[in-house]
This record gives sequence, structure tokens and C-alpha cells, in this order.
Amino acid sequence: MVETLEQPDAAAETDSVTGDEAMPESRAVKLGVRDLSISYGGVAALRDVSLDVYENEIFGVIGPANAGKTSFLKTLNLMDSFNSNMQVEGDIEFNGRNIRAIKNVYGLRSRIGVVFPLPVGLPLTIYENVALSPRLRGIKDKQELDIIVERSLTRAALWDEVKDRLDSLGSLLSGGQQQRLTIARALSQDPELLILDEFSIAVDPVTTMRIEDVLKELKSEMTIILVTNLVQQARRLANRTAFFLEGECVEIGVTEELFSGSVKDQRTRDYVEGKFG
Amino acid sequence: MSSVAGKTPNIDFDRRNLDWYIDKLVQFLVFIGGISAIVFVIGIFIFITIEGFGFLLEGFSFKEFFLSPYWEPSDEDAPEFGILALVAGTASVTGLAMLVAIPFSLGAAIYVGEFATGKTREYLKILVELLAAIPSVVWGFIGLSIMNPLIIDLFDVPVGLNVLNAGVILGLMAAPIMTSIAEDALKAVPDRYREAAEALGATRWQVIFKTVIPAAKNGLLGAVLLGVGRGFGETMAVLMATGHAVNIPGSVFDSVRALTATIAAELGETAVGSEHYQALFTIGIFLFLITFVINLTADLIVRGIRKQ
Repeated sequence: MVETLEQPDAAAETDSVTGDEAMPESRAVKLGVRDLSISYGGVAALRDVSLDVYENEIFGVIGPANAGKTSFLKTLNLMDSFNSNMQVEGDIEFNGRNIRAIKNVYGLRSRIGVVFPLPVGLPLTIYENVALSPRLRGIKDKQELDIIVERSLTRAALWDEVKDRLDSLGSLLSGGQQQRLTIARALSQDPELLILDEFSIAVDPVTTMRIEDVLKELKSEMTIILVTNLVQQARRLANRTAFFLEGECVEIGVTEELFSGSVKDQRTRDYVEGKFG
Repeated sequence: MSSVAGKTPNIDFDRRNLDWYIDKLVQFLVFIGGISAIVFVIGIFIFITIEGFGFLLEGFSFKEFFLSPYWEPSDEDAPEFGILALVAGTASVTGLAMLVAIPFSLGAAIYVGEFATGKTREYLKILVELLAAIPSVVWGFIGLSIMNPLIIDLFDVPVGLNVLNAGVILGLMAAPIMTSIAEDALKAVPDRYREAAEALGATRWQVIFKTVIPAAKNGLLGAVLLGVGRGFGETMAVLMATGHAVNIPGSVFDSVRALTATIAAELGETAVGSEHYQALFTIGIFLFLITFVINLTADLIVRGIRKQ
């Protein structure tokens, strides 16, 4: 599957900067969101959001606090089902299938990797942190697990720092290392869709840049949704960007266009230029 | 500068005001409250040591005390003070109690802490705490009047007051407090661990088994040790349900006698200062040391989780 997808991406990479308007239409939709509304106990957090995320793109979501970004992410892998206070309306299609009609919730979640704002090193060893997801999938062979662990940690730019202490607790790593461990854990799932929710909040700038480099490489293998409160991060990474404000999706556009001033809504211009938020 | 000084209220910086004295007084009262626990513990230890000291110096034989299965303090010719059978009684009852209490309390803690929601959870918590407050003599009464005939009927044995009876009673007694502490330990596991595991596609049970329990294992171990401490220290229910016979049990249907029950039953009948009286206090010292070590271990383990 990976090999067939590399071709269109190579093409996308070259023209992503110019932002060819026709380009997105021709690409396969990985995630389709239709009229998504979320409310908590009657208070709306997100209103009528419709958007498409294409395969092998980095889709940025920017916006200030309370824009509904995190609520939006929670619905994508059905993490909302544990919050009985949270009401969701609308349709979300993953690979063309309505996820709210899916019976195997765990199967869906295993295809979607999530990186939370604060690093979560589970209180297991570094090795077990990364091997957890493959183990849940039923992989027991030690050699196979070793390969997955090494590959995931390498891709998350953490392998060199931890390869000699895979048996120490993951929760004892530094914040930046834990965040890369979290990314390695998400990658061990071999996800089709990787969701990052303000991953750089608790990470130093150097680590942030390293992770950003990792994400650029991962784009050829998976679709990435990057929620960030750093507009410049979206500018550096995202092919297309959506601007959320107070529960509304104000504008979706090719990232470079949003930043070069060709916006439809004045609020978008004000936000990306740093006039508020 | 004078204009600034003119605006500040008239404060005498060279005198302490009433607030300072109230603060000191409160500090002192709280200090007395805090230090009293230490004073009482040390005081009790000194008291039982003094009472048992004569026996430790004269009649005490290490070999006899710990290795003899004969507790015959009233034998006029040659009284014997061996606590081996009593230790075996206490240990067997506590061991069986843990076999009953651990699955019960862990199951209850996982249900209350991880699965139950809203009202169910609140009511269950209140009921568990209520269960922990049932006086031990009530449990002993249940052992005597319900468990005793039940065991005789079910297993066709002559006596129903035995290790099985006391173990089950003690297990049910210890379970609520263990549930409470185990549930606290589960609650102390941050939700982000659960979310992270769920996001990987883990089922609820996998989340609990692979991340929550490993994260809470110290607290859970602490809960078990507190249960063990409770088992060693419990007196009344054990006195009523074991059959109170000095005996090294060969099966769960044998009657035994516990260390604590021995003190409770015999202390009132001995002459103050007699060898028997002092021997009972030596048992007290021994029990004190055991519970102290168990509680200290539990405390150190529970403290271990907080640090993480």
C-alpha cells in the first residue's frame, strides 16, 4: 500500500508550495468530515464543520484556545465515547466508511495514531511503551517486536538516545524525549492517519524542530493532521490549513496562500498576522 | 518620598500584632496534635516492654517461645510458653483471609474505580466504607451463628469454628478497607495514561491490565499489606470464629488459636506481674513488632507511588 502511495506524493511535494488549486480535487480523500457539530451539555464547541483531508498530506488546524480543535480531534478516533457529556452530530468518513457506524472501535483506533499535547510516557519500560500496540495486535515474536521497536524509535529520532536503556521506565525520560517516545508509540501502530494535538507545547525548540523534520518524512507514508497553536509551525509543515475560531471553521486553504494574504475572511488574515490569538 | 509615606497606613514595624500570637498558638496546638501520635506509639511500646520485661529476662527461652507448639501457661508443675501454634494459627487465618480478600477487593476496586459511573459509583463507595465500619464483634457473631452451622452442613465436619471460618470472616472484614485503598491507587493513575492506551486501540480490559494496574501496582501492594496487618491485629472476630484451640492446623477444618485472641482471652485471668502475665505481654511485643514492620513496609511502598 505504501509503495503505490509514494508516487502521487512526490508530485504533491513539488507543487505544494505554489498551491495548485486543482491539485487537491484530484487526490484521494482520507478523512471526510460533514456538518460536524459538537456540544458539551448543550454548549456548542464546534458548529457545522465540513472538510476533507487528503491522503499523504499534512493538514494543519490552527486557531486560538476554545476554537474546538481538540474536541474535533477527539471525535476522529471516537475518543468521545467515554465522555457522556459530549454530543456529536454529523458524519466522519475514514477511507470512505462512516466511523460512527463502525462496530470494531478498537480496530479503527489502531489505524489512527494520536499524539497528545502533553507527553505520555506510560509507566512501562521504553521498550514496552513502544511494543504495547504491536502486542495488542497480537504480535508475540520477540524478534518481530525488536524490529518494530527499533524502527519506530528511529523514525521518531529517539533511538540513539535510548538504545542502551530500553529497560528503564519511559515515564522517567525528559519531556522532549517522552514526546518523541509518544510519537514512536503512535508509529508502532503503523497508522494510516497520525493526529498530533499541539505536540510542541511541552517540548523545547530544538526537539520541536527534530520532530518537525520527522513529520516531513512521515508524510510519504501516512496522512497527518497537525493541530497547533503556533501558526508558523503550520506554515512550515502543513500543505493545507484550516482556521478554527470559537467553534467555527472560518477558512480552509492551501497553507502558503493563507499566509501570503489571499484569504477569504479578514479574521484569518488577522490571526495569521498575529493581531489576536 | 514624603508623599508616599503619607499614603501608607500607620503600621508599627517594631511590634508584633495579635495575628502573630494567634499564628504561633495555632502552630503550637497543631504541633501537639501531630506529635501526640509519636508519643503514644512510643509510650505503648515502652509500656508493653516494661510489663513483659521480667519474663524476657528470666523465664524466657528463645527456643521454647518461638519453637514450642505448647502454650500451657496454667500447668502448675511445668508451664510452657510456646507460641509456634499461635503464630501458625494467626498466619493460617491471615493467609486464607488474603486469598479471600485480594480477589474480592481488587475486583471491587477495579469495578468502582474504572467501570462504575455516576450514581452507581457514589453509592458503591459509600456502601464499601459502611462495610468497613462494621464492628468486628458483629463479624465474629456472624462467624459463630451463621458460618459455623453452614460449614458443618456443607463439609460434614464436627466443628465449624476453624481456619476456614475465621479466614473467610477476616477476609470479608479486610476487603472493604483494601478496596478503598486499592481504588485510591487506581484513581491516582492519571487519565492521560488511559487515553493514551485507548488511542492505541486497546480495549477497556487491556487498558486496565496493561497500563492502569502496572501504574498502580505499588498502591495495590500497599493495600494488600494493610490487609495483612489488619489480619494479624484482628482480635475479636478471630477469637470467636477460630475455635480458640492451641493447635498447628493440618487443614482448614482444624480449629486454631490466634496470638491476639490469646492475649484477649487470658489477660483478665492472670495475676498482674506473674510469669503468665508477662509472657502475654511478650506476645504483645512480638505482635507490635510484626504489625509495625508490615505497616512500615506498606507505608514505604505507598510512598513510593507518590514519588513517581
